[in-house]
Amino acid sequence: MRRLLSLLAICLPLLVLSRTATAEEVVLGLSQDQVAITATFNGSEILIFGAVKRESPLPDGAPLEVLVTVSGPQEPVMVRRKAREAGIWVNTDAVLVDHAPSFYTVATSAPLTQVLSDTEDLRHDVSIRRAIRLVGAGVEDGAAFSEAVIRIRENRGLYSLRENTVAVDQQTLFRTALSMPADLTEGLYATRIFLTRGGEVVSHYETTIEVSKVGLERFLFNLSRQQPVLYGILALVIASLAGWGASAVFQALRQR
Amino acid sequence: MMIYLPIAEVAVNAWIVLGLGGLVGILSGMFGVGGGFIMTPLLFFIGIPPAVAVATGANQIVASSVSGVLAHLQRKTVDLKMGAVLQAGGLAGAFCGVALFNYLKSLGQVDLFVTLCYVIFLGVVGGLMFIESVNAWRKAKSGAVPKRSRHSPIHGLPFKVRFRTSGLYISVIPPIAVGFFVGVLTAVMGVGGGFIMVPAMIYLLGMPTKVVVGTSLFQIIIVTSASTMLHAITNQTVDIVLAVLLLIGGVVGAQFGTRIGVKLRAEQLRILLATLVLLVCGKLALDLLLEPSELYTLATPGRS
Repeated sequence: MRRLLSLLAICLPLLVLSRTATAEEVVLGLSQDQVAITATFNGSEILIFGAVKRESPLPDGAPLEVLVTVSGPQEPVMVRRKAREAGIWVNTDAVLVDHAPSFYTVATSAPLTQVLSDTEDLRHDVSIRRAIRLVGAGVEDGAAFSEAVIRIRENRGLYSLRENTVAVDQQTLFRTALSMPADLTEGLYATRIFLTRGGEVVSHYETTIEVSKVGLERFLFNLSRQQPVLYGILALVIASLAGWGASAVFQALRQR
Repeated sequence: MMIYLPIAEVAVNAWIVLGLGGLVGILSGMFGVGGGFIMTPLLFFIGIPPAVAVATGANQIVASSVSGVLAHLQRKTVDLKMGAVLQAGGLAGAFCGVALFNYLKSLGQVDLFVTLCYVIFLGVVGGLMFIESVNAWRKAKSGAVPKRSRHSPIHGLPFKVRFRTSGLYISVIPPIAVGFFVGVLTAVMGVGGGFIMVPAMIYLLGMPTKVVVGTSLFQIIIVTSASTMLHAITNQTVDIVLAVLLLIGGVVGAQFGTRIGVKLRAEQLRILLATLVLLVCGKLALDLLLEPSELYTLATPGRS
C-alpha cells in the first residue's frame, strides 16, 4: 500500500486549475491527494507545494504571504461541563456545537495576524476560532464550550495553528509539510490555500484530500455496518476459538 | 508497533494492548471475574472511545472466560448445574436491567448513576470480603478449624436441589435470585458481574471457593456473549482488531492466572480480590470527589 502511495506522489502532476481573473493565481501540487488508512496507519505527512502565476510584474508594497488550511469533515459535537453538586463532580450543562471539523490545521508563512486581517478572517473563516460554529447555545457562557472544544482538540493534536511553517521563495514558490495524526476520521478534507498581501486575500484556491480506510480496515468497517449480526458472530467465534486454542496449547505444554 | 483500529478510529500501540489483555487475563483466571471493571477504565485511559471500550471489552472477556473455564473443567471445578440455574435468573434480570437502563437514560445522568453503582457495589463487596477473608486467614493461621455456617434462613426454602459439584443441597430460589440481581447489574453497568457473583456464591450460597471461580466464568461467557451481540447489532461498536489484540494477551494470561489461583490458599485469593476491588472503587470515588483537570468532555453524537 505504501508503495502505491509513493507512486501516487510521484505521478501526480501539478494541478493547474483556478481560472479567476486575479493578477496572481495559485498553481498547486500535493504530494498525495488520498490518504489510505491501513492496519498499520500511523499518521501521514502530506507535502503541499505550488507556485504563484502572474501576468503582470511583481507588485510593490507588502510581500506575498501564503496560508494553507486543511479541515476534516464537519460534525456536531456534544460538549458537557462538570460542576460540583452535593460534593461530587457531575455533568451539569451540555451544549451541542453544530459544526466542528474533526481535524483542522492552519499553516502560515508569517504570524497569523500579519498574514490575515481580522475582516478577511471573518469572511473566510480561517482561524481555528472562526472555523468552529456554535449556533443556538442554551446556556449563558456558550463561548466557554466552543473554547473547550478547541482546547481539548489542540491538546490531542487535532487542531493546530502552525505559524511560519510555509516557506515562500522569491514571492513565487511555496511549500509546506502537513503532518496528519493517526486518529483521523474518514472523509473529504477540504484544503484551502490563500495568497495575501498586507492582510488582504488576493487569491485563493480549494481542493480536497480524501481520507479513507482500505484493505482489511475497510472490510471490517463495512461488515460491522452492513452485516452487524454476522460481524457479532465473527467476533464471538474468534473469541471462543482463541480461548479454546490457548487452553489446548497450555494443556499440551503441561503434559510434556 | 502501531495498529489502526477500524471501528475505534484511533491508532494504538499493539504491545500496550497485548500487555493490557494479559494483565486482565491473569486476574480473570485467578479470581473468576471477567475483569470488565478494570479493563474498561484502562481502555479509556489509552484513548479508546468509551462505547467501543465497553463493547470490545465484553468480547475479550468471552475469550478469556472460555480459556479459563476449559482450564477449570479439567480440574472438575465447574458446577454446570449451578451455572445453569444462575443463568436462568441472570437472563430475566438482564431484560429488566435493560428496561431500567433505558428509563435512566431518558432521565439523563446515566453516566453518574453507573459510576455511583460501581463505587457503592465495589466498596460494599470489596469491604465485606476483605474483612471476612482477613478474619478467616487469621483463624486458619491460629489453627482453628474454619467454620462454614451451613444453616442460614435460606436453607429453609422449598424446591431443594442437590448440586453435587458444590456439595450443596439447597433451594433453587437463592441462586435464581442472585442470578437475577447480577443480571440487572450487568445490563446497567456493562460488566460481566463476576465481582458481585463470586462473593454472592461464597457468602450467600455457601459454595466452596474453588468451585466458585469456574462456575462464575461459565456464567460470564453466556452473559458477555449476549452483550457482545447486542452491542454489535445496535451500536456497531465492537472493534474486532482491538478484541483480537486484547484476547491474545487475555487467553494466555487466563491460563497463567488459573495456575496461580490453584496454588494460593482460598483466603489469600479472597484478600487479593478484595484489595483489587477496593482499589478500583477508590479510584472511581476520587474521580467523583476531586476536581477534574478538564471540566469539559466531548462526545460525537452518532459516532460512538
